Amino acid sequence: MSDRPFIARGFHSRRPAENANRIPPGQYETRDFPVLSAGPTPRTPLARWDFTITGSNGRTVRWSWEELRALPHEQPTVDIHCVTKWSKLDTKWEGVSVDTLLALASDGGVNETGFVVAFSDGGYTTNVPLSDVKGGKAWIVFGYDGAPLPAEHGGPARLLIPHLYFWKSAKWVRGLRLTERNEPGFWEQLGYHDRGDPWREQRYQGDP
Amino acid sequence: MDEMRLDGNAAAGPLAELFARDITAAVATCAKCGRATPVGSLFDYGQTMGVVLRCNGCEAAMLRLVRTPGSLRLDPSGLSLLIVSVEQEA
Amino acid sequence: MTPPLARLEWKVATVVDIRDETRRARTLVLEVPEWPGHLAGQHVDVRLVAEDGYQAQRSYSIASAPGSRHVELTVERIENAEVSPYLCDVLQRGDGVEVRGPIGGYFVWRSEDPGPLLLVGGGSGVVPLMSMLRHHAANARIPARLLYSARTLDDVIYRNELDALAATGGAEISIALTRESPGDWRGFRRRIDRAMLEEIAWPASEGARAYVCGPTPLVESVATLLVELGYDASQVRTERFGPTG
Repeated sequence: MSDRPFIARGFHSRRPAENANRIPPGQYETRDFPVLSAGPTPRTPLARWDFTITGSNGRTVRWSWEELRALPHEQPTVDIHCVTKWSKLDTKWEGVSVDTLLALASDGGVNETGFVVAFSDGGYTTNVPLSDVKGGKAWIVFGYDGAPLPAEHGGPARLLIPHLYFWKSAKWVRGLRLTERNEPGFWEQLGYHDRGDPWREQRYQGDP
Repeated sequence: MDEMRLDGNAAAGPLAELFARDITAAVATCAKCGRATPVGSLFDYGQTMGVVLRCNGCEAAMLRLVRTPGSLRLDPSGLSLLIVSVEQEA
Repeated sequence: MTPPLARLEWKVATVVDIRDETRRARTLVLEVPEWPGHLAGQHVDVRLVAEDGYQAQRSYSIASAPGSRHVELTVERIENAEVSPYLCDVLQRGDGVEVRGPIGGYFVWRSEDPGPLLLVGGGSGVVPLMSMLRHHAANARIPARLLYSARTLDDVIYRNELDALAATGGAEISIALTRESPGDWRGFRRRIDRAMLEEIAWPASEGARAYVCGPTPLVESVATLLVELGYDASQVRTERFGPTG
């Protein structure tokens, strides 16, 4: 369909010199923290904010902001990778492990299924296999770089799944819905990958 | 804070890959709230991931477009009507 | 009236000339094969492809007037950006660069559009407005005014040409310097605000058509103010350039 593309003289991709082994294929390292959003920044007052986990059996467990903050915190330092090609190394977060929340949800009668849809204020959704948020791989974070998570980066709280492309780390997250089947979220409906592993370059549906 | 947003003008190039006419001057009606706005004025939040045109009034996503390596994927479900003015037939 | 599009394809344009406008902005003069002509306010997409397949693409407004022989783009260099540093620092006369266009049917001004014509821009937002002013200079049938906000006098793009336009009375030019201005500066010394627009904009009853372009916060503020001053939303066309414009 396309001829050989015109190569721009002297134009180079920003391949990393250092840290090359930490940058997935097709990515370049950035030192700043680009803001990408699919919609306007929501402003839910903390008094009205809650986080829920709902099972396919209809059972729901809910935490208020204070209740979430009272759970054990972790401070993961992780590399993050955006499908728009930038990667940022050693980002520092603070939050509650999704494992902690899933265990409490299970105690509350929520059944475990194979897939998860994370949903956010403003209507954003994203889907992942449940196995990608278990085993120390995901957090609900409310702190970034030693300070409260700024609204433009998803505050008061966002999902953090650093081993997958960053569109899966839903900003302004309000809950997880456990589903029997994979339900494509906001970007997945338009062709982005259901799983999104940057090391296998799973950017779009159909990427192996 | 939402200073990152562009508008429908930025979507004109990707939309031109799909539509036979430029639609940025077309008037689009929001399926959710009924507001009619020129497409060029709608807020575009998509940036490098794709086109996400939102209603200036209720912020509902009116049109979304993503280009994958092998396809153009359009979700126009937030648009209930699109009016493009064209040359009058003689 | 929106005619059918010619098939929009990538073409390799040749850089025939380069002009430095300010310390940060440069005009590229391009010869584009089979260029169909353009309307004032339209833009092109520019695509850069590296040997390893890495790609970056951005949109740039056309600065030249409709009917000009070459297509001129004025690019402002943004630090650490993907495309503008290449266009400003690396591209030379004789190089090829891929473009696609002309694009856009909303943020355009045609000389037969009823006036008067009000142009408000910030930073590189002046570029499409310059295409409109240049087109107006050749086809002046209605009055035109430009209100242009820049950080310092050195950042004012097309300064000499704007001075000349003002001197001949072709258009009324007002400049607002927001960060720093010379001691003898006779223009505005602050960001565009309601009082400034009340002074510069025609009263809403005159039926002026306004085009507002530049950083998103500026565009949204000015558009809101014009509506507050009585302009109908349909009289105000906007083009947002994002956070930095």
